[in-house]
Amino acid sequence: MPVGIPQWVSTGAGRFAGTEPTDTMGSDENILEMRGITKAFPGVVANDNVDLDVRYGEVHTLLGENGAGKSTLVKILFGLYQPDEGSIHLRGEPIAIASPSEAIASRIGMIHQHFMLVPTLTVAENVALGTRSTRRPFTDLDVVSRRISEISEEHGLAVDPSVEVRRLAVGERQRVEIVKALYRDAELLILDEPTAVLTPGEVDDLFVILRRMADDGRGLIFISHKLREVMTLSDRITVLRNGKVVGNTTPAETSSEQLAQMMVGRTVRLTPEKPLLDEGHARLSVENLTIHGDRETVAVNDISFEVRSGEILGIAGVSGNGQRELAEAIAGLRGVEPGSSIRLDGVDVTGDDTRARRDRGLGFIPEERMRDGAIAEFTVSENLVLVDHGSDRFTSRGMLAFGAIGQHSRKLVDEFAVKTPGIDTPTSSLSGGNIQKVILARELSASPTVLLACQPTRGVDIGAAEYIHTRLIEQRSIGTATILISEDLDEVLGLADRVAVMYEGHIVAIVHGRSASRDQIGLLMAGVVEQTPSS
Amino acid sequence: MGEFFTLSVLVATAASAIRLATPYLLASLGETVGQRSGVLNLGVDGVMLLSAFFSYWTVLETGNLWLAVFVGLAVGLVMGLLYGVITVFLKATQGISGIGIFIFGLGLSDLLFRRLVGTPKPVRRLPNVDIPILSDIPHLGAALFQRNLLTYLAFVLVPVTALLLTRTTFGLNIRSVGENPQAADSLGVSVERTRFVAILIGNSMAGLAGAALVLQLGIFQPNLTQGLGFIAVALVYFGAWRPIGVMGGALLYGLVNATVLHWKALGIIPVSDSDLANMAPAVLTILALIIVARRVHAPSALTKPFTRH
Repeated sequence: MPVGIPQWVSTGAGRFAGTEPTDTMGSDENILEMRGITKAFPGVVANDNVDLDVRYGEVHTLLGENGAGKSTLVKILFGLYQPDEGSIHLRGEPIAIASPSEAIASRIGMIHQHFMLVPTLTVAENVALGTRSTRRPFTDLDVVSRRISEISEEHGLAVDPSVEVRRLAVGERQRVEIVKALYRDAELLILDEPTAVLTPGEVDDLFVILRRMADDGRGLIFISHKLREVMTLSDRITVLRNGKVVGNTTPAETSSEQLAQMMVGRTVRLTPEKPLLDEGHARLSVENLTIHGDRETVAVNDISFEVRSGEILGIAGVSGNGQRELAEAIAGLRGVEPGSSIRLDGVDVTGDDTRARRDRGLGFIPEERMRDGAIAEFTVSENLVLVDHGSDRFTSRGMLAFGAIGQHSRKLVDEFAVKTPGIDTPTSSLSGGNIQKVILARELSASPTVLLACQPTRGVDIGAAEYIHTRLIEQRSIGTATILISEDLDEVLGLADRVAVMYEGHIVAIVHGRSASRDQIGLLMAGVVEQTPSS
Repeated sequence: MGEFFTLSVLVATAASAIRLATPYLLASLGETVGQRSGVLNLGVDGVMLLSAFFSYWTVLETGNLWLAVFVGLAVGLVMGLLYGVITVFLKATQGISGIGIFIFGLGLSDLLFRRLVGTPKPVRRLPNVDIPILSDIPHLGAALFQRNLLTYLAFVLVPVTALLLTRTTFGLNIRSVGENPQAADSLGVSVERTRFVAILIGNSMAGLAGAALVLQLGIFQPNLTQGLGFIAVALVYFGAWRPIGVMGGALLYGLVNATVLHWKALGIIPVSDSDLANMAPAVLTILALIIVARRVHAPSALTKPFTRH
């Protein structure tokens, strides 16, 4: 039995109280119809004649690679961009949405990929922001707090209105975002990759909440590129590629493989094939490693592990449980506490700098590719020799040897299939996937014996991700010891021989990749160790 | 040394401290509002100089002190419009634009002074106004409640500014655009408008500060402020972006200044060392900043122009 939108008259959304879509319209009718939406930016058509219908009471997924035009489409819907062509009908009425405030006034809510919260403000202040107060010019935070509590109770979204947002965990922040939209009485809710930062358990909880919101008669637009989530949550799916709609389907009619194919436009191997290898000798040994974080807290607490030749050790965990600090310590970018030891091929490198570690065979694909992996303003060629530009190979008598650099760069661009107009193109103008390929090419061309790969495919399109996975497996075959730090559990499970799960600076378990189940690792990621997974 | 601790000297020092703190406090409170919205204005000193000159000139020509105060405020507002357009709408780099505003104010006030006045002539000063009953409190009354109206206003503006920032919807908008303008924008809060208004408020208060400075002294000369506006910006950091903290900083600064003045007058500091003693407030500020800056959180979006993407 669908529940109507609460009849509550208070701040900004009060003027809409009384509209009860579930009473006036059948659930088959569309809350939203976007027709022929076209939006061009200099050099690229982001949306090309795109149609999108969303019904009352459904979760409608927009699926597509980065740059397929999903974000542009919903930004148009939320008034952040104006379409060049096309029309939008909301509840059957034509509408022009000039700004986010107009979208909100039309009861459109948006949960952005990056939380749109002000960390230093309380939950109530964040929710109240932009709404009309009953006690103008003063705020009415007590009224807002009471309403938040009501919403929390009604939708099973536990939040404390008086807490500052910066004190909240990621999952709680997500709930605040949803409360924000519900407080504004959103009837059409856009969720832009809402699961990106959640643990598998939190994702399950979120899906229960989203499903309930749809059952109440709201229309939900769910944006994702995680195929399994799409198959679980969606009622209908619209697939975008290069700014065009390439298909409409439902989970019952399709499969993950088919969806991937529609997204990319060719057959994709979702799970990489991986030959069985004999165990090699330990190439990287970490013993009693303790690392302090940025705020003098213990980020990594006395962990030990080793990675063998021909092995990929996956490190799973929710962001912020010490993975970043671990990677930086292995790369030599962050100091470690006394008693810690890091050895490469048996040689203690704990006190060595990054250069010395690289000389001992360490390759590093950093998590923040544009901050730590490449210099955006430099050309592709310059980034490709960034580590070795001072070596005899590329420098003679203190002058850069452009001939050798050019030759080397052209070879790598070719070999790693980097899509770039040329080797002298600024790296910043490449797509995320191609920038990652440039970094991968640079690191692998040094023939590393130990490869530290952090979030190697985050934000990268499926094609490039597939390629990167293939190269990582190739490295494994030739005996490289690889540490794969990733928040993408499918990636870890697909590639890793063993999976170490990090929680609050500890490695809570190391399990064999083949025997590991998603549920088991999901629980470990949430810090549940004692409990045996129920299946 | 014993001379200093006589009651009358202490009262006189406290009174001067409060008087000297007034322009700092007005300018810093205004700058606090601007910075909480994410806009750094390094041009405060220039705004103060221009306002001070026009206030002075108004008294010189009309003899009307309250018109002079109003003119100072208005000059601040006009400079705020200019700075707002440059930084908020044209999205120029705030640090450099602020220095531009400072040099503009310094140069223009100097030029106008030479053209319109020439040699410094003293004008009427702001009269002290006794607050009934309170001013009769022994010693304390003379120090605190026999001051001029702009001083009272400056201290009244401390809780008013605090209230504005923490208890009003507009204050919530200011704080949010200073911390996460994207979030504010996504909720329909106009980042541009909020910042623009915050700049207008801030510059108007800098204008008042300029008026207070010149009308307390009763005379203008080129570069009258001698960097006072820059100290006011530093006091915002010192006060951790809170009006009450800013007030503490302004009072401390006023007290050190007043003490140096009185000790010089009493001969405790020899004339030969007076230049050195003049540095005391600046040294103190730097030390305080080193200690304070480690602990407090500046508005995250401070100095960052906002563009949608």
